[in-house]
Amino acid sequence: MSEPLVRLENVRFAYGERMILRDISLSIPRGQVVAIMGGSGCGKTTLLRLIGGQERAVGGRVLVDGQDVGGLDREDLYTLRRRMGMLFQFGALFTDMTVFDNVAFPLREHTDLSPELINDLVLMKLHAVGLRGAAQLRPGELSGGMARRVALARTIALDPMLLMYDEPFTGLDPISLGVIGQLIRRLNNALGASSLIVTHDIQESLQIVDYIYFISEGRVVAEGTPDEIRNTSDPFVHQFVHAEADGPVPFHYPAGDYATALVGGAG
Amino acid sequence: MSRTTLDLWVGVFVAMGIAALLFLALKVASISGSDIRSPYTLSARFDNIGGLKVRAPVKSAGVLVGRVTEIRYDNEHFQAEVVFSVDGRYKFPTDTFANILTSGLLGEQYLGLDPGGEEKALAPGDVIKKTQSAVVLEKLISQFMFNKAADGEQAPAK
Amino acid sequence: MGDVFRKLGSLAISGVWQLGFIARFFVLILRYSGQSFMRLHLTIRELYFSGVLSLLIILVSGLFVGLVLGLQGYEILQRYGSSEAMGTMVALSLLRELGPVVAGLLFASRAGSAVTAEIGLMKVTEQLKAMDMMAVNPIARVVAPRFWGGVVSMPLLAALFSTMGIFGGWLIGVVFIGVDDGAFWSQMRAAVDFRYDVLNGVFKSAVFGVAVALIAVFEGYDCVPTAEGVSRAITRTVVSSALAILALDFVMTSFMFRGL
Ligand SMILES: Nc1ncnc2c1ncn2[C@@H]1O[C@H](COP(=O)(O)OP(=O)(O)OP(=O)(O)O)[C@@H](O)[C@H]1O
Ligand SMILES: [Mg+2]
Repeated sequence: MSEPLVRLENVRFAYGERMILRDISLSIPRGQVVAIMGGSGCGKTTLLRLIGGQERAVGGRVLVDGQDVGGLDREDLYTLRRRMGMLFQFGALFTDMTVFDNVAFPLREHTDLSPELINDLVLMKLHAVGLRGAAQLRPGELSGGMARRVALARTIALDPMLLMYDEPFTGLDPISLGVIGQLIRRLNNALGASSLIVTHDIQESLQIVDYIYFISEGRVVAEGTPDEIRNTSDPFVHQFVHAEADGPVPFHYPAGDYATALVGGAG
Repeated sequence: MSRTTLDLWVGVFVAMGIAALLFLALKVASISGSDIRSPYTLSARFDNIGGLKVRAPVKSAGVLVGRVTEIRYDNEHFQAEVVFSVDGRYKFPTDTFANILTSGLLGEQYLGLDPGGEEKALAPGDVIKKTQSAVVLEKLISQFMFNKAADGEQAPAK
Repeated sequence: MGDVFRKLGSLAISGVWQLGFIARFFVLILRYSGQSFMRLHLTIRELYFSGVLSLLIILVSGLFVGLVLGLQGYEILQRYGSSEAMGTMVALSLLRELGPVVAGLLFASRAGSAVTAEIGLMKVTEQLKAMDMMAVNPIARVVAPRFWGGVVSMPLLAALFSTMGIFGGWLIGVVFIGVDDGAFWSQMRAAVDFRYDVLNGVFKSAVFGVAVALIAVFEGYDCVPTAEGVSRAITRTVVSSALAILALDFVMTSFMFRGL
């Protein structure tokens, strides 16, 4: 099989002093949909930023389509980013534009297409996420789930080769959730792209992805195809799949002893 | 708001701004450069220039003919040297008299030129020899007092 | 005692750092301005927000400042029997100082704060990051148009302010008090010099425009991306702009009118 589109080799990353990612190695093969899971705050969004080149790894390499993202200058990075689409965790819609203009934004910035063609393309993308009727609304007039779907439409506007979704399923009702899940899968196949989904929704992702990585404490702690994951005896994965509070995944952000903190606060 | 109304407003705004600038330039101000054409420079030395300032008008027969461009102290003659530019259309004879005058009682001071009868005209860069200094009010008053005192002394002698 | 000096020292050092950051940001804006000029409608849009929307406050304040100058000027000048010189007084104080400075202060609090808030909120909601991720440079797309919108608006607003002020002075002097119309204008024209008074004033307001616009976009772009961070950035925009305007005004005035 050919070289994967994205490969992370022993990536380390820290915000200032705080180590977030200690040693991550993973790859996204071309044409596949890969999911990344892990507890809240474990560094999933950070991982996407590293792939997008918004942060630079402290150690190791981030390769996208054979290029080391950390070593690119701004121009090359921008050339590369034109072929990436990223859905931000909180949508990040441009609040001074209508829904239509939001989706049209990447098309207008990076192509010389005629207004008629842009109009058609935008309406197609909006139709795909079920919001063609909301084209003239402002982001402030959308619900959280609608905003996320508009952001999704904007992400796919330029038909990128690499799609990154930061929690595309949160805030969606079960029906839209299924539709969007299928849309992500279909888009990936239709575009011949590769996708990376950060999600907590394990049931939905088991249905649509090709491969899953679990991250905890800055490392990949488990990985496998959906079938492997369903049948694994790995305690970590087991805890995740069955949503158990007790297990290897810590619910708490690292802190001192709880009892001490409370007593100390009182005394 | 649609793009055309926005453009329209911005157009109105810019037009208003430019109109204001034109108003300030044409109605409110006078352009000091334009009323003096192809100027040449003359200078004159005075014992005392009083309150004369750079850019003060230079007038002859009450008509503006130039402006003071520089004032410096001449350490050789212990005098003030006033450099001024004069409109190229006007020529003045070599025996022109330069005075420092005041417009009104408390008005600004200006340089007055009184032409003499000589045939030859002053050439650019020439120095006017015949000058009369500014009237200094303090001196005038002390002179006046002195005269009064002198009058007072004479009166009882009569 | 040592504490005071230490505090002063750290304040000075952070001030110099801040200046350095602003300077570097300025260079970045200039570098990416070409891209935003190619799409003039972006800058025109910002001209609307910083210029057209500031029109009302500028015109009204200019009128009132002129009215006050007219009354005060008349009050003082009539004691010396030269009330027709009030046109000169109103025009000179507006053109040299009040027009650029007051318009600049109003502009900073009306348009500058709005620009900071807008850019700051775009940062909070990750719009700038999203744009950057779409290979669209936020400095070229968001910052530069707002900067140039402010730079162009400011001298026009200052000129409008002065014009309204002179109109206000005329209203008081000629219409209400009965100063001779001809004397009002001719005295003014004789005393006001185009280069020294009008152009210097325009130059001042242009410099203020650059300063305010730069501070506004910088504070927005540099803010801590939280609600509190944005509100602090807005406050800093207004305060720093006001200080910058007054300091720059002092420096420029001392150079411009040295000969007088
Ligand atoms: N800009 C930043 N500066 C400093 N620390 C940061 C910054 N952004 C994130 N962090 C820290 O890095 C860690 C990882 O953050 P990240 O956003 O990647 O988490 P996440 O896995 O996406 O979590 P979630 O599932 O809740 O979105 C968090 O503990 C957070 O406190
Ligand atoms: Mg996240």
